[in-house]
Amino acid sequence: MGDYTIQEIYSVVVMQSFSGLSLLCIFVLMGLGLYIIFGQMGVINMAHAEFLVMGSYTMCLFSKFISANFPWMMNYYIILAVPLSFAVAFGVGYLVEWLLISRLYKRALDTLLATWGLSLIFQQCFRSFIGAREISADLPDWLMGTWMPTDSIFIPVNGLVLLALTIAITVGLVLFMTKSRLGLRMRATTQNREMSNALGVNTKMTDRLTFALACGISGIAGAFFTTMASTSPTAGTNYIVDSFLVLVLGGLGSLLGLFISAAFLGILSSVLEFFMSGSLAKVWLYLIIFVVLMKFTRGLFSARIRT
Amino acid sequence: MNSLKDYTDPSFSKLLYQRLFANKEALVGFLILTALLLLVLPLFLSPFRLGLAGRYLCYAFVAVGLVMCWGKAGILSLGQGMFFGAGGYCMAMFLKLEASDPESTAIQTTPGIPDFMDWNQVTELPWFWMPFKSFPLTVLLILVVPLVLAFVMSFFYFKGRVTGVVFAILTQSMVACLWYFIVGNQGYFGGINGITDLKTLNGWDIREDSSQRILYFICSLLLLACILLSRYILSSRLGRVLVAQRDMENRVRFSGYNITSFKVFVFCFAAVISSIGGALFTLQVGFMSPNLIGVVPSIDMVIFTAVGGRESLLGAVYGALAVSYAKTIFSEAYPNLWMFFYGGVFIAIVLFLPKGLAGLYQDNIKVWVKNWMRKPETDPESLKIKESEVNNVE
Amino acid sequence: MKIIKTTKKQLLALCGMATFAFGSLSAAEYPTAEVNTTGLAVTDDTVTVGQLHSITGTMAISETGSVEAERLAIKQINEMGGVLGRQIEIIQEDGASDWPTFAEKARKLIINDKVAAVFGCWTSASRKAVLPIFERHNNMLYYPTFYEGLEASKNVVYTGQEATQQIIWGLDWAYEELGARTFYLIGSDYIWPRTSMKIARTHIEQVLKKKDPSCEVVGEEYYALGHTNFRSLINKVRLRKPDLMFTAVVGGSNVAWYRQLRSAGVTAKNYPMLTISTTEDELLGIGGENAEGFYASMKYFQSLDNPENEAFVKEFKEMWGEDSVIGDVTQAAYLGPWIWKAAVEKAGSFDIDKIHLAHPGIELDAPEGYVRVHDTNQHLWSKAKIGRILKNGQFEVVAVSDELIEPDPFPEGYQ
Repeated sequence: MGDYTIQEIYSVVVMQSFSGLSLLCIFVLMGLGLYIIFGQMGVINMAHAEFLVMGSYTMCLFSKFISANFPWMMNYYIILAVPLSFAVAFGVGYLVEWLLISRLYKRALDTLLATWGLSLIFQQCFRSFIGAREISADLPDWLMGTWMPTDSIFIPVNGLVLLALTIAITVGLVLFMTKSRLGLRMRATTQNREMSNALGVNTKMTDRLTFALACGISGIAGAFFTTMASTSPTAGTNYIVDSFLVLVLGGLGSLLGLFISAAFLGILSSVLEFFMSGSLAKVWLYLIIFVVLMKFTRGLFSARIRT
Repeated sequence: MNSLKDYTDPSFSKLLYQRLFANKEALVGFLILTALLLLVLPLFLSPFRLGLAGRYLCYAFVAVGLVMCWGKAGILSLGQGMFFGAGGYCMAMFLKLEASDPESTAIQTTPGIPDFMDWNQVTELPWFWMPFKSFPLTVLLILVVPLVLAFVMSFFYFKGRVTGVVFAILTQSMVACLWYFIVGNQGYFGGINGITDLKTLNGWDIREDSSQRILYFICSLLLLACILLSRYILSSRLGRVLVAQRDMENRVRFSGYNITSFKVFVFCFAAVISSIGGALFTLQVGFMSPNLIGVVPSIDMVIFTAVGGRESLLGAVYGALAVSYAKTIFSEAYPNLWMFFYGGVFIAIVLFLPKGLAGLYQDNIKVWVKNWMRKPETDPESLKIKESEVNNVE
Repeated sequence: MKIIKTTKKQLLALCGMATFAFGSLSAAEYPTAEVNTTGLAVTDDTVTVGQLHSITGTMAISETGSVEAERLAIKQINEMGGVLGRQIEIIQEDGASDWPTFAEKARKLIINDKVAAVFGCWTSASRKAVLPIFERHNNMLYYPTFYEGLEASKNVVYTGQEATQQIIWGLDWAYEELGARTFYLIGSDYIWPRTSMKIARTHIEQVLKKKDPSCEVVGEEYYALGHTNFRSLINKVRLRKPDLMFTAVVGGSNVAWYRQLRSAGVTAKNYPMLTISTTEDELLGIGGENAEGFYASMKYFQSLDNPENEAFVKEFKEMWGEDSVIGDVTQAAYLGPWIWKAAVEKAGSFDIDKIHLAHPGIELDAPEGYVRVHDTNQHLWSKAKIGRILKNGQFEVVAVSDELIEPDPFPEGYQ
């Protein structure tokens, strides 16, 4: 790379770092919902990716609705779309927990299969009721714009929004878990289910709300992913493997672990992708993770021992 | 049992019989399956449908492997496609080399190498393709490659006590990794198109109806052999330790058993069986592609086992046949309903039939059969034996 | 479609009233025993053909347009009186985006149903999976997609462009009109983009370099299908500053690719792009505003201005809804049944071997313009076109090749 000026290399390093940071945010948002559900009830939700897609669809359909009926709102509708995506995913999550997951506690491997079946049904629903074609949201121009701190550095605005959103959700979640009554009940249930039950915490309802909350957060993440990628019935398959790996690499049990592993993956993949072509970068990424996990079989950061 | 004498000893064959078939019911079940595979299906199905059945049976190999490692030993693998693919690719590479003789590839820039290599500017055969010039070596590799893969993948994790969902997720990522590997190395493995247009095996045309029929029988016989081998393993001390550690891992560990090696063994065993299935699949379909072995097909393989009954070796075969057949029929008639139905099956099996078809048989049909058989039997003594046999069933 | 003409002579016969004379070829003139000597599914008044596309799975998105176009063509042919006086009946099978399923269904259509021809397949992988079956059981496949070439089976008619038709003229155009000297090649990771880029690279390094020594390829990258993160790639592009990005990104990746380009400030103004993979179908998902100003090299755009295309677009929308869009492949799929009909009527028989011999020289005034089947390789001679993407998801046609471009699936010097 001898032909490039210091200025150019500096700019690319900055932009590449920012893309690593965006990846970190994406990985955190992907893993967050899974992490909450796993932490609370030891359940792996294979339909997780479909909740992301559900959020994406909500965003797309809502944007179409707005651009058709209230074009003057186009610049601001996202403020409404985010809570709406949350609400839809929350509602569906609530139903799913009530009808399916609550019957499967303590059967983690079985839940894996049942939720996979669920994800197939969701995919077919998207296909039958919304259509097999890819759709995309009509986005306001400002969101697709670029911020240029210098002449040669281009930072995508949606990357900045993504960063802000990730911080907001994480902070909100931590506050919620530590300050609110429901958060208190959640933590109590996680630590000692029987005892909480005995002390009058409605653990069933707590589980249901936790599950729904996690789905809702995935919905928000999905709503945001449509600004960067496509939405189609099977778009979720792109997310499953990665989001599970973030969770496992983070050690399954801690929010800090999730961040560490997301950061690790984000940095690693932006470095690998910069120096090699797409598919092979992915192969190396996975191989490195496997080797790391051979050494740290409990993940990079594990809060507690599990058996 | 080292000397030849032991093998000719009638008590040995009796012992072997007892280990393979815990009781009469197991024998009858096995014979019914044998009759179904070797007589009923070939007699009643058209060559086209029989060819399909042969393909489904290849998945039954994977399902049998999953019964061993998931049902019996409690290790759920969402990455069996990797081993299926290992066998499939080994076979495909051999067949491709045979199909790419210099005469039929004369149009290429470099004749004598597979067509997809030529399209990707590969000008000589890579070293790792060399062993596939020989059929015995290929057969050996079909067994060894999955063994090595499975060992490397499982040893460190089992040693570090990775269990349950975490291991399942890891195997899933591994199969995704393999998918990317094949897709990214188009010049060496054919990329997403896979290795196609396979014609002959040592000069024997595998595309003829007659050879498809022969392959079907080979497939059935090997499958039955794999089931017997699995039974043999399960009836040994090894098998009992496997089941024991599934239910109470720590207790077995504290009893002084090295659980890691038991788990690695059963995982490798399942891998090798799957690989045999993959190799036969390639022979019957005539090509191999990464989409046959990705994340989604690998989960499909688990559902075959779940439908058949995760603890029943025979059930696995029925599961693979039933689900694949339903898929073909349904997706011909109602492609949209199929996905709802398929997803519903996953959920229904988990909620209502955790033991699958085998459980359905155990809980309902068997009771009925027993009642039906009880009427003519008046001798209380023989009844007692029946009861004890019944309890013995795996 | 009143523009079909199997030979120049028949063009006259087809105009106006004469259509009926041609359309009313009665089956009685062609007794079944004579036109069908190989046991295909042909009766005195019907002929059965197969349609083999993905209705489910990831490819369903792309293949729907082809299914619709083939149905439209068959409906129009039936309204005109069918083929050799026989109405066409369709057996549709779902390949489910899964290559073994394609092979299985192809076998079913050919062996069980004995169809007279099959219209279908989309991806190269599915074609490769069914090809041995078609060759072995001697049936005819009409394949609509632009593809990598390197194939010329006597059992396949390729109605889309093969790689050289799409690429070489497009690159020459970019060299002349955009002044492109440095090229960045980007594609999805499978055979079609890789072969296309190989041809592009050879053309740039062997041909264009002779005209101007500064021509070079400054980067070449492939991403797995379904890949959605292109930020690193965009940074690499920025660092190397190519005059032209030459791309073949397909499927779900497309949306991510264009959106991330736009949000990273890479626009048509400072980084021109010539794509060989983005059609109106894809733009529906991408959103025209995200790809505005980029160029595509195709042989058909919905906005082409000729009477045949106007009629085609109108009838397509009547049958499949006002919102439907028509991309390059959809139009190519529409040609399949018409070419088959022309070949059958020229041969006076449904026999595959006779149709094969009848194919060379068949001419159509298609929506894309005049096309002709090649004498030896069953591809189409066609004109290459360059379109510029507009905000509404349509293309503005900016250049059309003067001559028909010869299909050359085994290009000398490019392999």
